[in-house]
Amino acid sequence: MPDTRPDVELKNPAPSKPPLDPHLKALENEAIHIFREVAAEFERPVMLYSIGKDSSVLLHLARKAFYPGRVPFPLVHINTGWKFPEMIDFRDETAKRYDLDLIEHRNPRGVAENITPFTHGSALYTDIMKTEALRQALDAGQYDAAFGGARRDEEASRAKERIYSFRTPDHKWDPRNQRPELWNVYNGMIRKGESVRAFPLSNWTEVDIWRYIQAEDIPLVPLYYAKKRKFVERDGMLLWAEDPRFEALPGEQVQEDYIRFRTLGCWPLTGAIRSTASNLEEVIAELEIATVSERQGRAIDRDQAGSMEKKKREGYF
Amino acid sequence: MSATATAALAASATVTSLPHAETAPVVRDTRPLRLITCGSVDDGKSTLIGRLLWDTKAVKEDQAASLHRDSGKQNDLGLPDFALLLDGLQAEREQGITIDVAYRYFSTDKRSFIVADTPGHEQYTRNMATGASTADLAVLLVDARAGLLEQTRRHATIASLMGIRQFVLAVNKIDLTGYDRAGFEKIAHDFKELALSLGIRQVTAIPMSALKGENVVYRGTDAMPWYEGPTLVETLELATVRSAQTVGFRLPVQRVSRPGESFRGYQGTVAGGSVKPGDSVAILPSGMIANVTKIVTFDLVRNAAVAGDAITLVLDRQVDVARGDMIVSLESQPQIGLAFDAQIVALQPSGIEPGKRYWLKSGSRRQRVTVQPASQLDLKTGKWHHHAEALPMNAIGKVHLAFDEIAIFDPYEQNRTTGAFILIDPDTNNTVAGGMITARRNDIGGIHENDRRVILSLPADLADQIMASEAFANRRDEVDIRRTTAGRAAELLDDLDN
Ligand SMILES: Nc1nc2c(ncn2[C@@H]2O[C@H](COP(=O)(O)OP(=O)(O)O)[C@@H](O)[C@H]2O)c(=O)[nH]1
Repeated sequence: MPDTRPDVELKNPAPSKPPLDPHLKALENEAIHIFREVAAEFERPVMLYSIGKDSSVLLHLARKAFYPGRVPFPLVHINTGWKFPEMIDFRDETAKRYDLDLIEHRNPRGVAENITPFTHGSALYTDIMKTEALRQALDAGQYDAAFGGARRDEEASRAKERIYSFRTPDHKWDPRNQRPELWNVYNGMIRKGESVRAFPLSNWTEVDIWRYIQAEDIPLVPLYYAKKRKFVERDGMLLWAEDPRFEALPGEQVQEDYIRFRTLGCWPLTGAIRSTASNLEEVIAELEIATVSERQGRAIDRDQAGSMEKKKREGYF
Repeated sequence: MSATATAALAASATVTSLPHAETAPVVRDTRPLRLITCGSVDDGKSTLIGRLLWDTKAVKEDQAASLHRDSGKQNDLGLPDFALLLDGLQAEREQGITIDVAYRYFSTDKRSFIVADTPGHEQYTRNMATGASTADLAVLLVDARAGLLEQTRRHATIASLMGIRQFVLAVNKIDLTGYDRAGFEKIAHDFKELALSLGIRQVTAIPMSALKGENVVYRGTDAMPWYEGPTLVETLELATVRSAQTVGFRLPVQRVSRPGESFRGYQGTVAGGSVKPGDSVAILPSGMIANVTKIVTFDLVRNAAVAGDAITLVLDRQVDVARGDMIVSLESQPQIGLAFDAQIVALQPSGIEPGKRYWLKSGSRRQRVTVQPASQLDLKTGKWHHHAEALPMNAIGKVHLAFDEIAIFDPYEQNRTTGAFILIDPDTNNTVAGGMITARRNDIGGIHENDRRVILSLPADLADQIMASEAFANRRDEVDIRRTTAGRAAELLDDLDN
């Protein structure tokens, strides 16, 4: 594809930052290596962009990998129609700011059948509006490689995931039959219709993500930071109540207080926490306090760890 | 509860996995240490890894909760069965064994660690080779009651073959020997001999009880006042990360960046040595020479780059560089040729067939190769036996590689990146072997008996000019170049004349 833009001027996009510590630098180097390798080996790569913090880190790394060129593949966002509006605003600003090719996909069947999390239950809704929608988007673009932000430390079943995770033409993953992965030599050979998911953040932990966001000053959706927002308490969850489609159940009372979100997705499925942490430093500090109490909980009585978890789920803190 | 609410709870389960491996933002002054753990079944490997994660607070709340829930089998300390923490996939849980490489993460305030967790069954040499390929250090487990086993030798052999030079011997279940000092010292001594026979000098033997957490993260002084050495974690904190051992600069080119007419940069990860603006470099396999003008990264135009850095290199002249080429220092160049010797580990049931053409990928270079087995390692005895037939899965063999086009390597001993490769079966596209270059073979090397050859001895700068010419580049693969000092050249030429 001929590039018609004016010649590149090498300027320093972030002149005053202190250098990354060697730990984060090593993780960054590895991720950049993976980005470049996939972009060079596959015909139609794409990045799955979910707008959350891991996606923000992933995008930042992609920009670094291809600098001074632009990101040489499109970003696909699977929109369920139930995302927080702030996420969509952030997404569109980001695409504009960094000159990205953003593709939004929504499952037309789901739209036609008016599938919602309230009417169809979360499992069916997720299956149709997320999983099926993703398959449609990948098939439509005939993408042979899709970058994702999954990390191996997220849960036990991911600990064996490869960096190039092979998928059959119908997008199936066979954990018993993965290709061995040695050194940093990745096997990108596939047949027509087959594809890989590539995970540049495989070796990052959640702490690494937050520290990198801080070190690199990566913008995040403001929903991660506390603000006065309207919500109700439903089944132990703080449910955001500002969307026009929100309906309070009998007996529910809309409250307004400082809350924020630790993970972002569809608002009907995403619980908030009460918090006054309104910037990155405060959010990280809050995580650390939670850590301490978690440790104390364990030290005092090991069998309490589970009930601590339960309390958190129930929204006590 | 409504379906939505159930989902919300499920969703919030991921929310509560807090990062809490550390209490304060810690500046890490090294990159993560990568290690592999190996042991025979029931030596306590899962218990040890679980213990490491638990005592360094790397276990997340949701994991801890499910651990307590699932752990019917609790040990006498009231601790959960740590092994459950590690089982990744349902099928393995059911079989009760791990059958693949899993990666675990934990950190202390000094350093962070990536553990390649591989199973002990002997038929899984492939998994161990995979885990060892990226490891800086190997932790070998033995049961203090049993001492060294045939398995221990196997594991140590594979680890050393894959280039690991630092070993920790975890003499586990020491509690079951009544903390027997003499027993421990005997095992430690035996192991040091074994390691020495493999050329490994960096060995730390530690008596430990993974179950009780003695000498893992916390000291076991109460039970073992006689042991004054480091704990496992202390040893890991002080271990050296594998750096690029070569002095020679190596940049396997991953892609060429041409965002505008005036900019052309070569992107890749430095695989050895270092580079700075002004350095003269050669582009292989063409042999063209150029000078580095800039090292570009997103953050700044840098004045140097070292092994591990992902960079974009800008050169001072228009040269033909493509993905798969290697940019290298002039003084110390890798070996190029059509034939190499290597050691490989066969990774798939189809084995490695003599004379079959495979794809070989090394760095960013992928090319056709024919593989001829020559011998196979007997892991029981550590001896090589002549073997020219197919290498079955899990076999470790010495092979001859014959290429259609010029190949570029360093010996694996000198560089674990530019000396490593994988073989891909063109019929299945699967990765069928991991390999390590031992040497270039000179018997084919492009030189044929009836060739007329001229040996020139030139000043280096003149040689560089000639090599930069197109006429030279066109026939680069017919040429054999050795750089040497004036004194040594004079000696060689004298020898020739006599
Ligand atoms: N007494 C004692 N038992 C141990 C120790 N480490 C592990 N075990 C026990 O040995 C058995 C096998 O341990 P496991 O971690 O599953 O072994 P693996 O097969 O190597 O992963 C389990 O019953 C453990 O509780 C130890 O240091 N002391």
